[in-house]
Amino acid sequence: MTQDGVNQGRRRFLYIAAGAMGAAGAVGVATPFVKSWYPSEKAKAVGAPVSVDIGTLEAGEIRTVEWRGKPIFVVRRTETMIENLQQDAFMSRLSDPQSEVASQQPEYAQNILRSLSDDLLVLEGVCTHLGCSPQFRPEVEPQPFDENWMGGFFCPCHGSRFDLAGRVFRGVPAPTNLVVPPHRIDGTVLTVGEEAA
Amino acid sequence: MSTSKPAVMQWIDRRLPVTSAYEKHMSKYYAPKNLNWWYVFGLLAMLMLVNQILTGIWLTMIYVPSTAEAFHAVEAGMRDLAGGSGWIIRYMHSTGASFFFIVVYLHMFRGIMYGSYQKPRELIWVFGMFVYLAMMAEGFMGYVLPWGQMSYWGAQVIISLFGAIPVIGDGLTEWIRGDFLISGITLNRFFALHVIAVPLVLVLLVVLHVLALHEVGSNNPDGIDIKKHMDDKGRPLDGIPFHPYFTIGKLPMIIIFLFVFCGVLFFFPEGGGYFLEHANFEAANPLKTPEHIAPTWYYGAFYSILRAVPDKLLGVVAMGAAIALLFILPWLDRSPVRSWRYKGWYSKIAVILFALSFIALSALGGMEADVKNTWLARFFAVIYFAFFLLMPFYTRWESTKPVPERVPE
Repeated sequence: MTQDGVNQGRRRFLYIAAGAMGAAGAVGVATPFVKSWYPSEKAKAVGAPVSVDIGTLEAGEIRTVEWRGKPIFVVRRTETMIENLQQDAFMSRLSDPQSEVASQQPEYAQNILRSLSDDLLVLEGVCTHLGCSPQFRPEVEPQPFDENWMGGFFCPCHGSRFDLAGRVFRGVPAPTNLVVPPHRIDGTVLTVGEEAA
Repeated sequence: MSTSKPAVMQWIDRRLPVTSAYEKHMSKYYAPKNLNWWYVFGLLAMLMLVNQILTGIWLTMIYVPSTAEAFHAVEAGMRDLAGGSGWIIRYMHSTGASFFFIVVYLHMFRGIMYGSYQKPRELIWVFGMFVYLAMMAEGFMGYVLPWGQMSYWGAQVIISLFGAIPVIGDGLTEWIRGDFLISGITLNRFFALHVIAVPLVLVLLVVLHVLALHEVGSNNPDGIDIKKHMDDKGRPLDGIPFHPYFTIGKLPMIIIFLFVFCGVLFFFPEGGGYFLEHANFEAANPLKTPEHIAPTWYYGAFYSILRAVPDKLLGVVAMGAAIALLFILPWLDRSPVRSWRYKGWYSKIAVILFALSFIALSALGGMEADVKNTWLARFFAVIYFAFFLLMPFYTRWESTKPVPERVPE
């Protein structure tokens, strides 16, 4: 291994050893820089539950409340809306009609209407495609984006469509149903951010 | 030569290679004599970079990176600064960004027409593409800073793109935002990146781009290698010194460009809603997405491709691929000639179709995603990808014309 009085093997070992130490040092130095980008303790702490009185919310109406900086849609569905949501022909146009993707709702909302009580829908108004806030389009009439529109939510950004249970239609960019946040209802008071018992 | 140099210059040259650097990059850098007006856009891009840096520094002086104050700091700055200097500087920056992209797109198209990315200029092209990528990041983060409606929702959409990556996506978006939603934390870091980090990288990349260019020399509209025929002093017979002949020669073009730039700056600074979207004159509202959300025009093509794919992950992949393919262009072109002047009909038609599809996709990116526009976007996206993916075949199979040895008189 020795050439012209130089021990090549030892020299290569020292190169690799010094290089490895240098690389380990670089990773160590980079750590605080990378870590500093994660949500801070303060950012994690914000996000207390919010309560709203929904006694005055009429059938067919929507109210938007803010929780953790996100719009939360609260809709009181009419009898017709509830019936339409459960028709087989309609459900065949959805990609997850039975809410089988567990991450999108708490267990108590894992039903066809995705809600605690039939009439009251609580959703995060954040499109599961790229985070825009979908528009509430309850009217049952042909739309430029869907000729058989039965009422629901339409995302203006990339045309994703959801029904009045936040279930996503087939053939749109959004991959999953809208998220149902943890929530509970005590009389006429809705609390978002706390689990139902 | 050295005897005629003033003593001061001699003193400096012995300590810092000023004269030799000036000669290497200006007075003794030989540009082909047949460079046409398409070659002005590199100079103009440099001019716009200087404009962005200068106006950017001044804008930093009025800006406040906080969600409570950013929007009003920008608006108040535009109204209140002495002599209307506020709106001039802001619009020089925002209109300048669009003009920067216009000249860079024309500069890139010039490279595609004349095969300037071909051997031995692959690295020039790759550095140039990194400049383009840095410009896109810079433009995006800059657009977030005024904290208008489009700033907020644009940031929401673009950052969510990273969420499409399997497994790590959600964690990655939180890491980029520094929060569970776009917030003041995000705004602050974008300010830091936009004002110092990306500009430093951008300038470094431009230096590498120019150094690589000056190592191999400029291409020309005929794609002729001017270094094949040198005079007895080693100067290319078909070359002229870059300075003063090219620089002064292109001065009229620069003046015309500045007239156009100032015309837009003074009379249409928002570019009809394409340079600065109307919704961005309304402060950010995290609870309400604007009716019609669209990126600024220079991202339109890639945004159209994203929207054309009805699947979240595949849409992001297609958009990434549309940019990535540009990087490997030098290795897709198998033609023995550089310029489309000597390539066959397939290449000529391909370049024209590519340009048309890019323009169409850019326009569609600013329109609503109804059924018709989605199908149009899919149609043009197919042409866009075909240009790259079929290039290894049509450039090899077509018959080319012989390239002259010397630049035609």
